[in-house]
Amino acid sequence: MSDRLEVRKTYKLLINGAFPRSESGRSYEVTSAKGEFLANAAQGSRKDLRDAVVAARAAQAKWWSLSAYNRGQVIYRLAEMAESRSDELVEFVKLSEGVNSEKAKASVAKAIDRIVWYAGWTDKISQVLGGANPVSGPFYNFSVPKPSGVIGVITPQDSSLEGFVECVIAPLAAGNSVIALASEKRPIPAVLLGEMTETSDFPAGVLNIITGITSELAPELASHEDIDGIDLEGVSASFADELAFRAAGSIKRVLRPSKKNQKNSIHRLRAFVETSTVWHTIGQ
Amino acid sequence: MNSVGTDMTENNLANSKLGSLQYDPAPESAAIAKLKSSYGLFINGKFTDPSKHEQFETINPATEKRLATISQGSTSDIDKAVKAARKAYDNVWSKTTGAERAKYLYRIARIIQERSRELAVVETLDNGKPIRESRDVDIPLAAAHFFYYAGWADKLEHAGFGNAPKPIGVAGQIIPWNFPLMMAAWKLAPALAAGNTCVLKPAETTPLSALLLGEILQQAGLPDGVVNIVTGDGATGSALVDHPGVDKIAFTGSTGVGRLIQQRVATSHKRLTLELGGKGANIVYEDAPIDEMIEGIIDGIFFNQGHVCCAGSRLLVQESIADDVLRRLVRRVEQLRVGDPMDKNTDIGAINSADQLKRIKELVAYGEQEGATRYTSSCELPKKGFWFAPTVFADVSQSHRIAREEIFGPVLSVLTFRTPEEAITKANNTNYGLACGVWSEKGSRTLWTAERLRAGVVWANTYNKFDPTSPFGGTRESGFGREGGKHGLEAYLNV
Repeated sequence: MSDRLEVRKTYKLLINGAFPRSESGRSYEVTSAKGEFLANAAQGSRKDLRDAVVAARAAQAKWWSLSAYNRGQVIYRLAEMAESRSDELVEFVKLSEGVNSEKAKASVAKAIDRIVWYAGWTDKISQVLGGANPVSGPFYNFSVPKPSGVIGVITPQDSSLEGFVECVIAPLAAGNSVIALASEKRPIPAVLLGEMTETSDFPAGVLNIITGITSELAPELASHEDIDGIDLEGVSASFADELAFRAAGSIKRVLRPSKKNQKNSIHRLRAFVETSTVWHTIGQ
Repeated sequence: MNSVGTDMTENNLANSKLGSLQYDPAPESAAIAKLKSSYGLFINGKFTDPSKHEQFETINPATEKRLATISQGSTSDIDKAVKAARKAYDNVWSKTTGAERAKYLYRIARIIQERSRELAVVETLDNGKPIRESRDVDIPLAAAHFFYYAGWADKLEHAGFGNAPKPIGVAGQIIPWNFPLMMAAWKLAPALAAGNTCVLKPAETTPLSALLLGEILQQAGLPDGVVNIVTGDGATGSALVDHPGVDKIAFTGSTGVGRLIQQRVATSHKRLTLELGGKGANIVYEDAPIDEMIEGIIDGIFFNQGHVCCAGSRLLVQESIADDVLRRLVRRVEQLRVGDPMDKNTDIGAINSADQLKRIKELVAYGEQEGATRYTSSCELPKKGFWFAPTVFADVSQSHRIAREEIFGPVLSVLTFRTPEEAITKANNTNYGLACGVWSEKGSRTLWTAERLRAGVVWANTYNKFDPTSPFGGTRESGFGREGGKHGLEAYLNV
């Protein structure tokens, strides 16, 4: 087989359940950590991003209308898909991050386990973050967390799969739809995971993945008025300041880059939910 | 809605009959207020003169008479207050156990109860709201809020934020004029329970009850500097937002100012919670309990002169009952008693300021220009003071400014819908997302509706109810963060 010429794949965007090249027709060269050519990834444009927002807004209602149990199964299904294609993920994590096979394997395993962890959260978050409130007066009063809506996520630049999973699956598990900017220099593991969502029963548009130049796309993501929240994990502190300023224009929920390791924390679930309280009269 | 014109005539007839059934005035005495002629800033446990010796007057909006002279806090006063709060945090409050913090808060709650009548009178004099409301809502809820959070102070590890949740540090808190003491309680109680120290900036037009609260904190023996109260205008609040020694900003007010604050805080380490404006939809289905519903609509928009961020200012009525609802509503509006806030029979008091009255009049003028049908109570308004007669606009469409912008006054916009889906679409057709109401006798439809509304609070067959155990706050451009309940602790814990 050694003389057979490999069939290469074109790595594309994920918008509304389809895999388009950028509407701009642009691509940019992606290399391994060692500098070897890997692919010409689609260089997503601000227009691609806006298309993704439209898709994500429509998809969010559909995603949230599923039962929590069902959302958990869909996310768990993604873990199954990732496990069965883990060799491919390991290969590209290794090349993208410049780590050895062992480390790449461990990282992919952690990422998949994290998807499973979040899958289990979909039908527990209401009980953990909500509850009944003992108000004075003849009212039944309860609070439940509802998704904020459409979340823009700037995923980590270094951790191409594990970091991506952490930032993207949490808001999905909370019932949001997501527009994710993949790591600029290491986008391929994210693109692969995006392909896997298409065999995991995610409604089209729930997860959208844009590859491209972070400095070009992030300001649009932060300013877009139909995005409800933004995770700034993948940018520097000073760039995060600028983006947080833009996000204030439409009173977005902003999650700043985290300084400490919060591995077993649910802060990413908390970050993009809205506590919704219902008062109902009690009487005969 | 064509029938409304004739119904108004019926209403006038009904009113002229009612005219013979006037209540005698039942005024509360202002003597209990015992106001001082002037007030200093409450910094480090003492009332002190402002560094620049600038002062302004706070007036009674019902009479335009001066109540007291108030200190204008400058940037250097804010600096003093923040430093006092920091020192109190480092040296005292962070070393005070939860159980001890709890006891201070219980004391404060009790003193508010003890001085409740005085506080109610002062609140009504300064704000213009009916004494019935300050007596039955504002002051009891302020006490209840301290009482509720007192109990959390030594139980924080059970609140769901980890085993040993830590306070944030010094909280800067800016509150509005619509519920002055209640807003102070909503800000201070959870902050102190969680172990923070505070700098509170009351609203320019309603500083008095917060200053009385300063006295109450002295009576409670709260350590110096744990709470500092700096009165002043927007510049004072701005200095607080910008002060580098502040770790957290909590703001309640307009979306416009909230946006500016979020921008200013964006480049700092400060944590932020915002409770901003709203354009609440009150959805009435055809099977709603009619009498409760009419009272609920009235309470939803005319409570506190409509100076309520969660007011049900957009009424969405199912078309099949729209004419009947409007007829009843107009008749009920005509019966509302507008006037002296100190009269215990008054339903609607004074508009809080000349500025606010101007804004209400502007938007109401737009309502007329854009073609909505206006009905305004024929009630007589006092000659002095700031007043606006309760007003209902029918034939309002979604693009009208009175259906989109927060009026923050006693003005209701009535729209109609045919199907539940249309009600949801119209209710959610706003950048705000604070509160909504749903009126129906069918529980399944109510819950179906509540699930789909993008709002932090949904009232079903009731409206404008508040409780310290119940989280309150907005979605979208109505802000983020919650006040009340265990959720309210999150705003003041380092989680």
